[in-house]
Amino acid sequence: MAGSYPSVDFSLAMNMTPVSAADWLVAAPVAISLVGGSFCLMLRKNTASQAKLGMIFLTLLVLANIGLLIRVLDKGVITMVMGGWLPPFGIAFTADALGATLSLIASIVAFCAGLYGAVTFDSTGRRYGFYPFLVLLMAGVCGAFLTGDVFNLYVWFEVLLISSYGLLILGNERPQLDGAVKYGVLNLVGTNLFLIGTGLLYGVFGTLNMADIAVKVAELDNPASGTIATIAALYFLAFAMKAAAFPVNFWLPASYHTPNIVVSAVFAGLLTKVGVYALIRIFVLILPASREYLADVIALVAMATMITGVLGALAQTEVRRMLGFLVIAGIGSMLSGLAVGSTLAISGAIFYAVHSIVVMTALYMAAGVMQRMGGSFNMRELGGLYAASPAFAGVFLVLAFGVSGLPPFSGFWPKVMLVDAALIDGRGWLATAILVSGFLTTLAVGRVWIFAFWRGGPEGTPDGTAAPAVPASADLGSSAMWVPIGILTALVVFFGLQPEWMLELSARGASGVIEPVGYVRSVFGVGQ
Amino acid sequence: METGLAIVIGLFFAVSVYLMLSKQLVRMLLGIAILGNAVNMSIFLNGRLTREVPPVIPADLYVPAEVTANPLPQALVLTAIVISFSFFAFLLVLAFRAYQEVGTDDVNEMRVAEPENDPLPPQGY
Amino acid sequence: MRTVIFRTIAPYLSALMVLYSIFVLLRGHNEPGGGFIGGLIAASALAIFGIACGVASVRRAMKIHPMSLAGFGLFIGTLSAIPALFQKQAFMTSQWLEFRFFDVDVALSTPLVFDIGVYFVVVGAIGSIALALEERESD
Repeated sequence: MAGSYPSVDFSLAMNMTPVSAADWLVAAPVAISLVGGSFCLMLRKNTASQAKLGMIFLTLLVLANIGLLIRVLDKGVITMVMGGWLPPFGIAFTADALGATLSLIASIVAFCAGLYGAVTFDSTGRRYGFYPFLVLLMAGVCGAFLTGDVFNLYVWFEVLLISSYGLLILGNERPQLDGAVKYGVLNLVGTNLFLIGTGLLYGVFGTLNMADIAVKVAELDNPASGTIATIAALYFLAFAMKAAAFPVNFWLPASYHTPNIVVSAVFAGLLTKVGVYALIRIFVLILPASREYLADVIALVAMATMITGVLGALAQTEVRRMLGFLVIAGIGSMLSGLAVGSTLAISGAIFYAVHSIVVMTALYMAAGVMQRMGGSFNMRELGGLYAASPAFAGVFLVLAFGVSGLPPFSGFWPKVMLVDAALIDGRGWLATAILVSGFLTTLAVGRVWIFAFWRGGPEGTPDGTAAPAVPASADLGSSAMWVPIGILTALVVFFGLQPEWMLELSARGASGVIEPVGYVRSVFGVGQ
Repeated sequence: METGLAIVIGLFFAVSVYLMLSKQLVRMLLGIAILGNAVNMSIFLNGRLTREVPPVIPADLYVPAEVTANPLPQALVLTAIVISFSFFAFLLVLAFRAYQEVGTDDVNEMRVAEPENDPLPPQGY
Repeated sequence: MRTVIFRTIAPYLSALMVLYSIFVLLRGHNEPGGGFIGGLIAASALAIFGIACGVASVRRAMKIHPMSLAGFGLFIGTLSAIPALFQKQAFMTSQWLEFRFFDVDVALSTPLVFDIGVYFVVVGAIGSIALALEERESD
């Protein structure tokens, strides 16, 4: 506020009430990751301190997100408009239960990846920017989860995309460049579709604030008219591309297995779920009538995604590529929640997103350990790992059960909710597809367990007689690898045995977007 | 004026889709660059076109005195141009590196990450 | 491209362009200009110097790696959003410091710091991409 214009009444355009420091928690995740990422980038030559610096900022990020979630649960939705402008003119950051929960889980996963990356990246990898890009990626992810402005969502998508490019080509190997080209081109096309939709949306409503648009759409006589439905279709295509839904998901299996295993783990956990989050945000909060209009299309896409994803997983020999297809199958389950659209279905989708973030990251990390023990990612060349480490075989089995949706682990509850919601809605086919994809997932991961762990040795050795495949000295003692896998597996078990917390959180998240009264009041209540 | 620009945008979209359907990576990248421009122009058009009327509100008023172009889409376009420009620059470097490493710019032949004759997974042991 | 004329002129031209880019950066607050366009001008100065005298000499002359420069820009850009916390205002609210300096009104503000941050991000990011492209050409 320039002091040289004293005659202007700023209160017409700006929020003059003091903002308490606690409200800064909304902006804290983004601010911390931006400061941390840039700080690590400045000191990139100092490879010894990179891991420590990165972990400091990631710890701060987790703490800030815990604080934010506690405050959101305590006070309801909280909003802060950048620069103190009044909504809808300023860019609003709005944290509701949905955004804050996902932001917290994402930061926990990034924290684990930071720990794990200390082992898998040597000093060259750190120098070329694993930690800076990981922390900047978190700026994009948290920003996307917390923003309340459609165009700002686009900007955070770009932030996370550009950091993911950096992570994807760390190391510059041939498969990485090949995968990165496909990843880059398809994501850029998706981004442009998102931008077209946003431009049309602004042209129709003259505002980009999500709460403002939600109010204006609800006031329309025909909230699913041709124009709005066109916008909705563009958004669906754009975010389906980001989320790797069926016809537009070829970038994912082409690229996710190429980078360092911890980068794959982060990508599998976070990137596609941001797309799913954006779908929930746009279709449930802003354009609910268009969601109903497109429900059958979404249901078809969800079924195709689940079935093709899991069939793709069954056809893979390489563990990382198999996991890439399982990521896709999970996306299908979340989309089925969006297709049904009831409170139960949306909370199932949110719970499933949280579960998928945790379990897919853990599975990729476990695949990294398998490669260290057995020397390969190929199922044919693995074997005898149970004899080498029964504890690790147990952990992998827990994760395998988790991803298949078997009780008593975290995948079970969201699947129950999604199937239940689909049946209530009269979409028996959707429920069948969820169950079939769960069954086939069990086969896919079960086969990995049988081949890599249960049998005595790799292909070509007589079963049971081969010595354990572990090189005697393998650096498995490194706690930096076991702690992150342990944390994530503990979460999988915890969500399975004590689902009340997550059920409560996802129900609050779902009702917060389906009945956006609190959301709208939080945005426009400021300064009035 | 708006109609003319709208037709140009349509042409841009057509050209970009045509180029993106090509097998050559460089043409695809050009197509994406043109797609970005088409999108930016369509957002720009959302804000009304006027000549030489700055969207500045006089000191004693709270709304503009005459019809001006909406400056917000222009600001959005500026952001989008910056982002798509840097992405395009990055993708150019990436495509060039990929061409050097893989030895082809035909996307059908870029099968390093997903080899063509991948063996099937074991059926039993 | 390495003609004698170009090689002789390039250092002066680059120096002039960097100077002009700073001018554009500083006039940006109320007039056309600003951090992004200033950064682009500076990055093209680096590119011209690289074409004329080789990428290695640009890197030597810069002393700091362009990516570190981009990191520094992002860092001060983000820091410029923080002072509002102490004024009980929202994130990124601008803060002004005005004073008279030898009969000239000087207005320093956090948007200026932000703009300088943008300048460095653009110089660093575009500069490193341009240098990377030029490097490949020569080998």
